[in-house]
Amino acid sequence: MVDDTRIMLTGGHLVDPTNSVNGPADLLIVGGRVAAVGRDLPIDPGTTVIEVPRHGVVCPGFIDMHVHLREPGDEHKETVATGVAAAVAGGFTAVACMPNTTPVNDHAGVTRLIRGKAADVGLARVYPVGAATKGRDGEQLAEIGELHAAGCVAISDDGRPIANALLMRRALEYASMFDMPVIDHCEDRSLAGDGVAHEGYHATMLGLRGLPAAAEEIIAGRDVGLSGLTGSPVHLAHLSSRGSIRAVRDGKTRGVRVSCEVTPHHLTLTDDRLAGYDTNYKMNPPLREAADLDTLLDAVRDGTIDCIATDHAPHHYDEKHAEFDSAPFGVIGLETAVSVCLDRLVHPGHVTLVRLVELMSTNPASILRVPGGTLGVGVPADITVLAPELSVTVDSSAFKSLARNTPFDGWRLRGGVTATIVGGRVVYANAAAKGAEPFTNAM
Amino acid sequence: MPPIADVLTPDGLAAPVGLRTKDLLSIGDLLPEEIYLILDTAEAMKEVGTRSIKKVPALRGRTVVNLFFEASTRTRTSFEVAQKRLSADTINIAASGSSVVKGETLADTVRNLEAMAPDIIVVRHQSAGAGHLVARLCRARVINAGDGMHEHPTQALLDALTIRERKGTIKGLKVSIIGDLLHSRVLRSNVQLLQVLGADVSVCGPATMMLPDMARLGVRATTSIDEAVEGADVVMLLRIQLERMSGYFFPSLREYFQLFGMTPERLRRAKPDAIIMHPGPMNRGVEIASDVADGPYSVILEQVANGVAVRMAVLYLLADELQS
Repeated sequence: MVDDTRIMLTGGHLVDPTNSVNGPADLLIVGGRVAAVGRDLPIDPGTTVIEVPRHGVVCPGFIDMHVHLREPGDEHKETVATGVAAAVAGGFTAVACMPNTTPVNDHAGVTRLIRGKAADVGLARVYPVGAATKGRDGEQLAEIGELHAAGCVAISDDGRPIANALLMRRALEYASMFDMPVIDHCEDRSLAGDGVAHEGYHATMLGLRGLPAAAEEIIAGRDVGLSGLTGSPVHLAHLSSRGSIRAVRDGKTRGVRVSCEVTPHHLTLTDDRLAGYDTNYKMNPPLREAADLDTLLDAVRDGTIDCIATDHAPHHYDEKHAEFDSAPFGVIGLETAVSVCLDRLVHPGHVTLVRLVELMSTNPASILRVPGGTLGVGVPADITVLAPELSVTVDSSAFKSLARNTPFDGWRLRGGVTATIVGGRVVYANAAAKGAEPFTNAM
Repeated sequence: MPPIADVLTPDGLAAPVGLRTKDLLSIGDLLPEEIYLILDTAEAMKEVGTRSIKKVPALRGRTVVNLFFEASTRTRTSFEVAQKRLSADTINIAASGSSVVKGETLADTVRNLEAMAPDIIVVRHQSAGAGHLVARLCRARVINAGDGMHEHPTQALLDALTIRERKGTIKGLKVSIIGDLLHSRVLRSNVQLLQVLGADVSVCGPATMMLPDMARLGVRATTSIDEAVEGADVVMLLRIQLERMSGYFFPSLREYFQLFGMTPERLRRAKPDAIIMHPGPMNRGVEIASDVADGPYSVILEQVANGVAVRMAVLYLLADELQS
């Protein structure tokens, strides 16, 4: 049976960088795919018409290319079901989930399990990232071909980066056969040691063991070098320091196939937040200094940074409610990223809405070689509808995520999500957003 | 505010003097006038220790818990003596290793204690900020008796009391702190306190044990011990924590002593009336030669005596807040 469900989004402001659209336009969805884009499209009988609220912005679906869904193994922190519910509530139509599960996603069985769970839930699309090495032990390559066949879109030993440069070279070369990027968490763990906070004045005064920026920069530099050597694409995850940005700039200038991402928290918070030892400011890479944050903002503006990704890292309350040095690293981000980025990046004028869509949709899709990132005719109708003027007060107790470990709790932010559409189906409508009722009715 | 002596009579009642903050977690939380209040109160408390019956009723009926997650003889005993001299009901809990090892979280340990309604909890823990976590979880006043590499505020206060007794004032004195700077909570508390009190502080240690971003602390740093000692009024030595040294910080104890050990010869560069301090426990022949530790300039045992007085003062001032 052919799906011929027709939905028309009217009256919205459409932003689609790949098709150079940035203005008022209607969008017609037929059978889950974009069928037409333009002004004053004719409405055929049987079409569900959804009027986009005033100031509403219709974008290609946002893709968070760096999340931890914790399943299998750590279902007390998050599950695929709660993670994707958080994703769509945050305006993300797709997420790429890291392989540090238990067992590690280093074989097709785990990949299929994750994809099966995601299919059962049917909210956001889930793209598993496979381990680069068996058990993420950095000793021998995982069966990357089989991981690819099972649905992995990239490989990474996230959190435990491959220390051996030769093995990293081989991973880059091998993965390139499947057109998969290698995603690296840049950290020289022999230098980082047992550090828990950015090495600098604040950690010094608070007696917290330091994580020097150089530990990140050394590996960022190495990876750019290896990508240049092999010609294979490398994607550097959640960069936080000035020196790493220098390494990426240098690589891009030389034509190296390097891309990188930054998190909303590294674009908004610095290490002075550590006073008080709140473990919701403990993450790896750590919050760094104002000069780093300024460089990250510059790099977001000038295109050195390709994507914004949350590094959504759910942890249980009991785990975070501990001594600073024994609490686990990481904060969640799926349900705050859009508001934080609209409030801190778009409204102050650091980036345009068009650039934000590139950072959160177009570029992640192109780096991962997955559908989306565009609203061209014929593509799956994965759509994020933004409410840039919505007044949002972050309330972690209302999160869809199982976890509450956010540094943004209680923040008042300008901008949010009205609705999230995946494959032409409204999967989330924000009851708090003015004018979201037509989306709710269409669910 | 009545004279301190009035509140120390056997039937004296505490007057509402005290500290602005609920807890004593960090020197940085104290205003200069609060630091002077603690030091002045401690001076008055010293007299109690000279009596034949060393006890005043200031903390009668108060329950004080000494919650020590890290081995300590001097500090725990000092707090306990201080508490007993103030007539507090004292409970000692020595948790071997971390609470995590025992299976109970620090938060749960503290919640359980809180349920028994202690008035003051003195906490020592191997993690920086542990006192902050404890303080957030309970109504009891919290005194930080050392949290990882962060701070040891009562140590700095007793050091300041000792210097002030010997030198009359701290303002303008040249104080040199020498040893393992990186891991030292005594250093972090002392640098802040001595700067507030107007001392000219310089620090010295191996380049491997310097503090990152030390320039922002406003202290002079050198790796030359001769330069550090030159003209010093006070030489404070920091313990080399043998258990923490992995061979990465310096090659051997022998070489450490050669380069940074305090010897009578090196001490000649200091002022003739310089005093030698050490927070203990000492490693004789590592950071300090026995001739120096036991020599005429050493005030190391005065520090210990003053520790009781300073802790009495802090306990008294925090407990006083409980009444108001």
